[in-house]
Amino acid sequence: MQTQDSISGYGGEPKLNYLTNGSTLKSWLLTKDHKRIAIMYLITVSLFFLMGGLYAATIRLELLTPASDLVESATYNRVFTQHGILMIFFFLIPSIPAVLGNFLIPIMIGAKDLALPRVNLLSLYIYWVGGLLTLYSLMQGGVDTGWTFYTPYSTTFSNSYVMAVGLGIFINGFSSILTGLNFIVTIHTMRAPGMTWFRLPLFVWAHYATSLVMILGTPVIAITVLLLALERAAGVGIFDPAIGGDPILFQHLFWFYSHPAVYIMILPGMGVISELISNFSRKKIFGYEFIAFSSIAIAVFGFLVWGHHMFVSGQSMYAGMVFSFLTMVVAVPSAIKMFNWTATLYKGSISFDTPMLYAIGFLGLFLIGGLTGLFLGSMGLTVHLTDTYFVVAHFHYVMVGGQVIAYLGGIHYWWPKMTGRMYSEFWGKISAMLVFVGFNLTFFPQFILGYQGMPRRYASYPEEFQVLNIFSTAGASVLGVGLLMPAVYLAHSLLYGKKAGDNPWMLPGLEWRTASPPPTENFEVMPVVTWEAYEFGEESGLDLDEARRRDASVVV
Amino acid sequence: MQTTSWVPLFPEQASAFAWQVDYLYFYLILVSVAFTIPIVVAIFFFALKYRETEKYATPDEMHGSMVLETVWSIIPFIISMTIFIGGAVVYFNQFTPPDDAMEIYVVGKQWMWKAQHQTGQREINELHVPVGRKIKLTMTTEDVLHDFFIPAFRTKMDVVPGRYTYMWFEPTKVGRYHIFCAEYCGLNHSGMGGYVYVMEQRDFDNWLSGSVAGQTPVEEGRDLFTNKLGCASCHSGGANQRGAVLEGIYGHEVKLTTGETVIADEQYIRNSILNPGAQVVAGYQPIMPTFKGQVTEEQLNSLIAYIKSLTPAAATGAGSTQSPAVANTSPTSNTNSGAQTPTANSNR
Repeated sequence: MQTQDSISGYGGEPKLNYLTNGSTLKSWLLTKDHKRIAIMYLITVSLFFLMGGLYAATIRLELLTPASDLVESATYNRVFTQHGILMIFFFLIPSIPAVLGNFLIPIMIGAKDLALPRVNLLSLYIYWVGGLLTLYSLMQGGVDTGWTFYTPYSTTFSNSYVMAVGLGIFINGFSSILTGLNFIVTIHTMRAPGMTWFRLPLFVWAHYATSLVMILGTPVIAITVLLLALERAAGVGIFDPAIGGDPILFQHLFWFYSHPAVYIMILPGMGVISELISNFSRKKIFGYEFIAFSSIAIAVFGFLVWGHHMFVSGQSMYAGMVFSFLTMVVAVPSAIKMFNWTATLYKGSISFDTPMLYAIGFLGLFLIGGLTGLFLGSMGLTVHLTDTYFVVAHFHYVMVGGQVIAYLGGIHYWWPKMTGRMYSEFWGKISAMLVFVGFNLTFFPQFILGYQGMPRRYASYPEEFQVLNIFSTAGASVLGVGLLMPAVYLAHSLLYGKKAGDNPWMLPGLEWRTASPPPTENFEVMPVVTWEAYEFGEESGLDLDEARRRDASVVV
Repeated sequence: MQTTSWVPLFPEQASAFAWQVDYLYFYLILVSVAFTIPIVVAIFFFALKYRETEKYATPDEMHGSMVLETVWSIIPFIISMTIFIGGAVVYFNQFTPPDDAMEIYVVGKQWMWKAQHQTGQREINELHVPVGRKIKLTMTTEDVLHDFFIPAFRTKMDVVPGRYTYMWFEPTKVGRYHIFCAEYCGLNHSGMGGYVYVMEQRDFDNWLSGSVAGQTPVEEGRDLFTNKLGCASCHSGGANQRGAVLEGIYGHEVKLTTGETVIADEQYIRNSILNPGAQVVAGYQPIMPTFKGQVTEEQLNSLIAYIKSLTPAAATGAGSTQSPAVANTSPTSNTNSGAQTPTANSNR
């Protein structure tokens, strides 16, 4: 039986794993192995994250003083635009799905690979082409429209590389569409015998919901960018009123994608958190079906709330009311998840390894991010708050406090599976705590700045805002250190980390029932699933006594 | 630095609905705290009480609870509905300008705010208003999107090329408050701002009489209409005139050649000047040339102000130019204002 094989396989190296099976450059670049593709994504998104982070550092340093002295406003406008574009389109959107999802979904459902391995490789190449084109245009002089590309500034007035960056984003979108398509087909058709829909890990459910948004939403941004290019290059009047267009139309099209895109970013993170909370409490997740369906509900309702970005843009007051109402409705499934995660801890057996620290940090930060979303969904209040630092703080709480924290938690959690090595638990915990403290110090003051009225995208600002900006910049330096540390100790663990073994935490998921790192075909024998999701008791077939003996022998 | 308000960390509360926005804010903070404390306490309590005591323990299973799920779906829904309703009421107040407001035109352009009073005073990056009066801003832009934001009044509104947007407020406290541009508009976005000066009525009257008043919008509009643009050659002359009758048209329904009816509001008049062929009044030929590129946003404002001031000829006679709008928004006469020097504009 598979479970017995993998348990007894502990300690012995499998003959070849996915990392050692071929070492030429060609064997990587032409691979169809979802795990190798995931590793190449991991390296690429990390580089984009580093670049986006350097832009963020420039922003925070510039805002240390009220005057625009470190960089002039022409540069500052490019810096915040490029920070947004790199982080959103090239880090936040691909990171969890393309790295962790790619690596884990086939293993979690007991498949050898994704359903369409060549398409998976194609989507990596598309991502690279889009990314390189964007990088090239940034080096040529960059773009200064804000990541939102609002018209008619972007079509008629901006003298920057709007077309090239737009093309980069347009191309990159197809990578997202193909990945989403691949996941949907895989989850429908490739599940191992016994892996029913309600035995799927919630990570897989979350990716299913994400994939729906990817394939339904991304074509709209592609069309929008195309229309923008038509107007900018050919002068066809679509968005600029001077040639017969409507600038508000652009905002409708843009947010019709870009609001659901927020859910593309956060839903996979929620999936990671469901895994971490349940597994590190060694307790079945509370309300499995409610968490699973709340992901689907978020994906569906997420398409109906785009107008809440436009309460003061000149859309009709009554349209605003409908969008505000739906925004309040979409808050409920997120609240359901929050309560279920908390309830999962009740009467569990909770251990505080680094991934769990990230998960608990996520609960706190996402709570604040979600609740401040209600502030911004409430129309009367958002008239004052929109386009201020309150919005900046809110979406960083959701995107960094939510998505990035979940991604880091997931990277630590599955690191032993992906590399076969354990990272340093000591440094892991230190960095998790630095990230949490640094993050709050950076972004909490921005809520107050926003209510005081400091507008976003300002290179210079009135003096009374300086004190809170100094706090924010100080916090950013702590956050920066916390985020750089994993790069060091994770890289160190590749060479010097202790061998992880197949199942270092003795967890029941299928990914823990194969070798670390897994062989190219994932499982030596096709697994047959006879246990429920998050089954920690005897039915899971895990030999806990064996694991205890294993631990004892290691200590000696 | 602005004077400190009644709660530190908050901007000055200087408009009639600022307190409504602040109360909404306090209510949401209250809701947030009421949610956060139990959850955070529960997480810490569980984390300590149920921390791992034995490696690989298998605690008893729990599958969830329909009752709990229902409760924690319905309670957040009800609370979020109270937030929605509170927000909708305040929003309705913010975006429903009263009829008796004093109207000021605002035009944004990269990177300055230009304001024009009905009495003819023009300002750049400043706005002088009397305390306790309802003020309505009619806004547009010459180039890209901007956003007129006054934190102390708790209101902002995007300024959109090609159309008019409106905001209103009633200043309640004398002082000087920031104006920001809150919609990113290019190179010098963060420099596009200034101050609104809220003054006692008496000081405001002094300011009006002390500053140079050019032509009022209605006067400028009449000048454009009859002389510079030559609109009058078709739009006046009585029964046989070639263009539509404009006297009394503002705010009323017009029947179009297509059979539709539209309200002749500011947007309609603007469109008819810039794109005359699109919505032609029934009974007239589409012969009017476009004036796109020939009139500035300020001139458009003036033309519209003049057309608004036109009352049906039968009622008032052709000589009347005194508009009802001007009559109730300019309580002071400033016939001598043209004689003042620009430096007199310094009573703040």
